[in-house]
Amino acid sequence: MIKWIKAVLALAISGALTWVLNTKQGDVPPFGKFLSPFEGFWQNGEATDAFPAQQNLTLPGLQAPVQVRFDDRRVPHVFAQNDHDLYFAQGYLTARDRLWQMDFVTHVAAGRLAEIVGPSRLETDRFFRRMGMVYGAQKSLDMVMANPVTHNVLQSYSDGINAYISSLSAKEYPFEYKLLNYAPERWEPLKCALLLKYMAFDLSGRSDDLRMSNALNKYGPAVVKDLFPDYPQREDPIVPVGTPLDFKPLPAPPTPPSFQAAMSEKVPAREPDPELGSNNFAVSGEKSASGFPILANDPHLQLNLPSIWYQIQLTAPGVNVYGVTIPGAPTVIIGFNQQVAWGVTNVAADVMDWYQIKFRDHTRREYWHDGRWKPIRRVVERIKVRGQPDRLDTVLYTHHGPIVYDRDEKPFLSETPIRHAMRWTAHDAANEVLAFYLLNRASNYQDYTAALANYGSPAQNFIFADNQKDITIWPNGKFPLKWRDQGKFILDGTDPAYDWQGWIPQVQNPHVKNPARGFVSSANQSSTGPDYPYYLNWTFGSYERGHRINERLARMTRATPDSLRVLQNDNLNLNAQLMLPRMLALLDSQPQNVAKRGARQQVRTEMHRWKYFYEANAIGPSIFELWYSNLVRRIWEDDFSKKGTGIELRWPGRDRTNTLILQEPDSKWIDDRRTPAKETLPDLVRLSFEFAADSLQRKFGEFGPKWRWANQKSTDILHLAQLPGFGRMDLDVGGGAGIVNATSERNGPSWRMVVALGPQVQAYGVYPGGQSGNPGSPFYDNMIETWRVGQLYPLVFLHNATEQNKRVQATWTLNK
Amino acid sequence: MNRGIWPLFLVILVAGAVAQVFLPWWSVAVVAFAAALWLGTHGGWAFLAGFEGVGFVWFALAAWLNVQNQGLLSHRVAQLLPLGGNGWALVVVTAILGGLVGGLAALAGCWVRQAVSPKPVAQPVS
Repeated sequence: MIKWIKAVLALAISGALTWVLNTKQGDVPPFGKFLSPFEGFWQNGEATDAFPAQQNLTLPGLQAPVQVRFDDRRVPHVFAQNDHDLYFAQGYLTARDRLWQMDFVTHVAAGRLAEIVGPSRLETDRFFRRMGMVYGAQKSLDMVMANPVTHNVLQSYSDGINAYISSLSAKEYPFEYKLLNYAPERWEPLKCALLLKYMAFDLSGRSDDLRMSNALNKYGPAVVKDLFPDYPQREDPIVPVGTPLDFKPLPAPPTPPSFQAAMSEKVPAREPDPELGSNNFAVSGEKSASGFPILANDPHLQLNLPSIWYQIQLTAPGVNVYGVTIPGAPTVIIGFNQQVAWGVTNVAADVMDWYQIKFRDHTRREYWHDGRWKPIRRVVERIKVRGQPDRLDTVLYTHHGPIVYDRDEKPFLSETPIRHAMRWTAHDAANEVLAFYLLNRASNYQDYTAALANYGSPAQNFIFADNQKDITIWPNGKFPLKWRDQGKFILDGTDPAYDWQGWIPQVQNPHVKNPARGFVSSANQSSTGPDYPYYLNWTFGSYERGHRINERLARMTRATPDSLRVLQNDNLNLNAQLMLPRMLALLDSQPQNVAKRGARQQVRTEMHRWKYFYEANAIGPSIFELWYSNLVRRIWEDDFSKKGTGIELRWPGRDRTNTLILQEPDSKWIDDRRTPAKETLPDLVRLSFEFAADSLQRKFGEFGPKWRWANQKSTDILHLAQLPGFGRMDLDVGGGAGIVNATSERNGPSWRMVVALGPQVQAYGVYPGGQSGNPGSPFYDNMIETWRVGQLYPLVFLHNATEQNKRVQATWTLNK
Repeated sequence: MNRGIWPLFLVILVAGAVAQVFLPWWSVAVVAFAAALWLGTHGGWAFLAGFEGVGFVWFALAAWLNVQNQGLLSHRVAQLLPLGGNGWALVVVTAILGGLVGGLAALAGCWVRQAVSPKPVAQPVS
């Protein structure tokens, strides 16, 4: 008997252990499966010499053989005989390096994260579904698939990805699938569309309409016009003021009388939002040493591993293009060919508005618009949750768009208004794939403008240069035709006068070609001066980066690619240059204060000495950043924070705040209403100075080299799923938000490119990561050091499949 | 090691390794169980044979892959787990985990055999 008990017990324990080790428990991976050297993560460790120099792969689905040559950075150079094979190979090769990343991002965009991760991400999923991400992606996809050219591109690309997925056995799954214990699924063309919508969300998916409306309700139109002007005091727009119009503008729709009444008082000026931004600039042949234009671009995005971008060269009849792509989207997004180069930065046009909805009754089946009740469309979303039954969520749609939250609940993003319908350009169909397809094949300005005409969302500043010596920039995308300030606040959803009533004709989008100043540039600032006939937005990115770029480009002569590279790494902060002298003067104006004693005196001396450069070793930036931001907080917190007022309000922007500090020391906003004492500007300056010095002292000890900027800022590149050990922490770099070298804590230049046009195009580039998405590959993060020190790699641009190049060592053939 | 466990150890080592090349990792538990059902004589020895048979293979393969990869991935995973970034500690943990699965399965196999056929088995003279 005892033997039987022993046997059963041992069997049960052994079986249970094996089962547990094969099953994911909450966030814990199935350890047996994960650690097994036969199928677990050990299999993902790439042997350092494992990359074959010669290889023949059979890929059913190809129409003809494709040559792929890999350079020493492991960038694939694809030589195909037709478009189908070109994009098939692009899909296959991208998936080979980045499958988990592209799949994961589309799960996020589609609201399918809980399916992989579990109930903790259910709210994220609900939010993205309620934002209409799949709704918008499906509309775009329909348009892309209706065009035979882009249908072929998207289908071939997806087929290529699927060819890779179907070649995988479980032990070859990318690392993250093993850790999270799931399997790759078939790639559908919809995923490419979702990916572009996710970019649209990242770049244009937030809105301050609710916070602005709250500010209007609380303080009235006079204060709002004063603190949130329509144009900034300090600005250097992308299209220079005075650029003559080459079109006759359409009339804007009339401003509804109800809005005029609500805003009746005087006239306007503007403000910013740093962090996510980008720079691009191009100098004309007159300014370059070679006599041909040079173009540079560095899009600033969240710094992640695997890298956001993937380098590739795509060659087939009619196209030979090099650049970066977003894994999961076909074609090259930023790049160059033998004749042209182009780049993008984000346009902060207002393309997302909110409409207050009046429901007929609590059933929420009809809403009031244009004098009658209109039906609401109900869409049921089925959300899969790992380890739990599916959840159903009903999203209501009006003719404007989805009602993101239709009942009282805590929104995923606090700026999302409840019981409001959203109108967003990302929900409108446009064939962005065609725009990039044509740009990849462009050889002159006409080709470029023809490509741009297809582009919708997210709106981008498309900079361009060609070897016929044209330089140009178009803030481009679909821009709604608006009356002035339409969408600055929440809109009335019952009155059709508040609806979007058409589009700015694409040829009338802001643009400038070969300006007299000899360069074009953008850094997310205002697209135009107030002389542009249409309303795009009242607020854009802060002006400092753009102005600094223009300042340096204006002085530049005989420029080389290195001149532009150095400019990309410029660390001067114009905000500090403008504000620090004033802040020091206010600090010094107080005869007896703690700031003049002992250690504080050292800090003050340092600030007097500092020349506003955000170098990694400088101490000034550590102090200034804390000092300035704390000063701003002390000015506005009592009047605009949720803590101080109980409601969500937008804070006045940097431009307006600076004007207040520089010119309005007696403003009523300076006093902290919450204290009986009356604070003055010098008081706030002193208190915030003390705060900055105290913070640094607590963190790093006495004033000294440890206070250096790189320590205080601590730039981190995190793994996309934030896995500890899989990112690169505490990079020793300078720069920061609002600086041309916009390397801040988590954001920064995600790709730096410089292209010199001419008889032979020459290009340079780097991104903070590597071509491989496999954390077990030496090519996962091999380019970070070069990026960190501000250098660029010369890019290998091959003219044909057999061209000799000593940096190209591997040649693969993909056969049908 | 008692000479009597050599056959069991070798069968688990070889058959287990072959099975894992073609089948899911847990097939090694089935192999260890079946082998001990066939050859197991003494519970403690069976456990040891299973532990070492599987543990050795897991150690050897993990160590080989780790060297090939120059410890790149194991260093990351050992920060995640967390083992302070020590990749070789992760190799040892891997071997012990595989060993436990093999050992317990072999123990179960041996004890089931003893329950089913309680007569003492002819043992090789040690």
